[in-house]
Amino acid sequence: MPLAPTRSSTFPGAGEEVSSPDGLSGTVPRGIAVEVHDVTVAYQRKPVLWDVDVSIPTERLVAIIGPNGAGKTTLLKAILGLVPLASGDIRILGMPPRKARPFVAYVPQRESVDWDFPVSAMDVVLMGRYGRLGWFRRPGRKDREAAVAVLDQVGMADLAGRQISQLSGGQQQRVFLARALVQEARLYFMDEPFAGVDAATEKAIVLLLQRIRASGGTVVAVHHDLQTVPEYFDHVVMLNTRLVASGPTASAFSPENLHRTYGGRLTLLDQAMEAVRRSATPGASE
Amino acid sequence: MIAETWDIILLRDSTTRTVVAGTALLGLASGVIGTFAVLRRRSLVGDAVAHASLPGVCVAFFVVGDRHFPSLLIGALVFGLLGAGCIAAIREWTRIKEDAAIGLVLGTFFGLGIVLSGVIQRMPGGNRAGLDGFLFGKAASMVSSDAWTIGGTAAGTVALVALLFKEFRLLCFDREYAASSGIPVLWMDLLLLALVTTCTVAGLPAAGVVMVAALLIIPASAARFWTENLTVMTVIAGFFGVASAVVGTMVSATVIGPAGAFSRGLPTGPCITLAATAFFLLSMVFAPRRGVVADVWRLFSLRRELALQRPLRRVLRVDSPPETEA
Repeated sequence: MPLAPTRSSTFPGAGEEVSSPDGLSGTVPRGIAVEVHDVTVAYQRKPVLWDVDVSIPTERLVAIIGPNGAGKTTLLKAILGLVPLASGDIRILGMPPRKARPFVAYVPQRESVDWDFPVSAMDVVLMGRYGRLGWFRRPGRKDREAAVAVLDQVGMADLAGRQISQLSGGQQQRVFLARALVQEARLYFMDEPFAGVDAATEKAIVLLLQRIRASGGTVVAVHHDLQTVPEYFDHVVMLNTRLVASGPTASAFSPENLHRTYGGRLTLLDQAMEAVRRSATPGASE
Repeated sequence: MIAETWDIILLRDSTTRTVVAGTALLGLASGVIGTFAVLRRRSLVGDAVAHASLPGVCVAFFVVGDRHFPSLLIGALVFGLLGAGCIAAIREWTRIKEDAAIGLVLGTFFGLGIVLSGVIQRMPGGNRAGLDGFLFGKAASMVSSDAWTIGGTAAGTVALVALLFKEFRLLCFDREYAASSGIPVLWMDLLLLALVTTCTVAGLPAAGVVMVAALLIIPASAARFWTENLTVMTVIAGFFGVASAVVGTMVSATVIGPAGAFSRGLPTGPCITLAATAFFLLSMVFAPRRGVVADVWRLFSLRRELALQRPLRRVLRVDSPPETEA
């Protein structure tokens, strides 16, 4: 594993991170973003994740897919240290999750918060700086500039002062993304970033994810729309309480694995198969 | 009598001044911490904590054997925290939901408190305990040192909230994100609960067990009508808290006060609550943008606009909705 000192210099303790100037051209994973080792999570004694063992490479767009109740969100929260593990071990960039926090950004499900909360889009984005600010300190001019820059990146610069309940679903999702971006993290964990957003926002988000990957970041997203998996993501983790498969989309996102993940839900599968076929045919997707 | 009323309103008497200053600080702290309690959906916990503290007052009276103010407050604090702990324990370790846990703890502790205070009242010298004052609040029962204790506690609470403002904001808006960015959310939640409890207990002598939670909930809810900014909301809630506490205290002392300042009068708690409610109603009806009048006005003006446009739209075949300001 070759070591490149470039972007890592500002992040002590992340030496194994490798930057590649040609982005995603290679197929061999050059670094490990997340290692999940034998993880079991249970709510009220009922296992939600059972003995999951998976490793996620860096500089990839990774989709976590699986049927409802498969434990997708739980896996994300387990990696972030938000739910207690019944057993197992998780390492992020080779570190325990607690130590990796400065390198990790989280985009929760949009419905998980009260959008009538008295804050503006700008206020929410600034929350992304709280972690690095530490106790008692307030966001300063630099933080505001960073917040304005990311709001501009997600196309929300002119809505910075607007109260969050006055934003559309797509705009709210963009604000959440901006809050993660302003953390300047290496790893982005997103819980259904495309849920309930309009087509324009979906396109904008995809471009944003690709930009994160191009600058050496990794995105792990819970994703629902099987049709878009091959187009948007280059790595999949297929989950149904147990890990079914994990690997590059080109090989892992196969009809057999989909069958094993989703069981008999055929209409859903047909759509997915269609997507697999399309992605297999050169020129069918961009 | 008129003269005495004016004495109170104009704060001529030094005890009056201290008591009013103490309750004002209490109102400020309750409004400020209440903002976060309401936004974190913990407002009913404050009510349960208040009710749960009554047996603590009684137990402290048994132990000390006298109406020693700081001891009674410490007893109240211990039982208030105990009640809060019970709610948390029931929520975490059983399948009973939080609202049921709150009702259970509130009823049990308050029942115990009423029984104990009944016992005390039958004891020789028991009616000196002034426990009825703790039920509905009796600012008159405060002496200067009590008022200073209460005011100091309240000021400390406000200072802590000011220091940890951004952490509390994030905790209340998005707890899991807060956890992911390294904020110890469990400890912050406990601190919020502790501050709510402290404020509640400090408010007991003035507002009473039954009513003190209103001072947490109503000013904060009223403030929400006026602004979309949390900092401004906190300040307005603090202002409403001060105004409610001061107006309520003065009304309770002046309305039936033939025997002079604070010696008789209405119970303070209900007066403070009603004063707060007045601010709430004013806010609900007249606040710009979020108020009822503003809502109705918006609806009517939209209707009128659409009605006026209808013939024109038919001619021009405009299908898009009119631009509305957000």
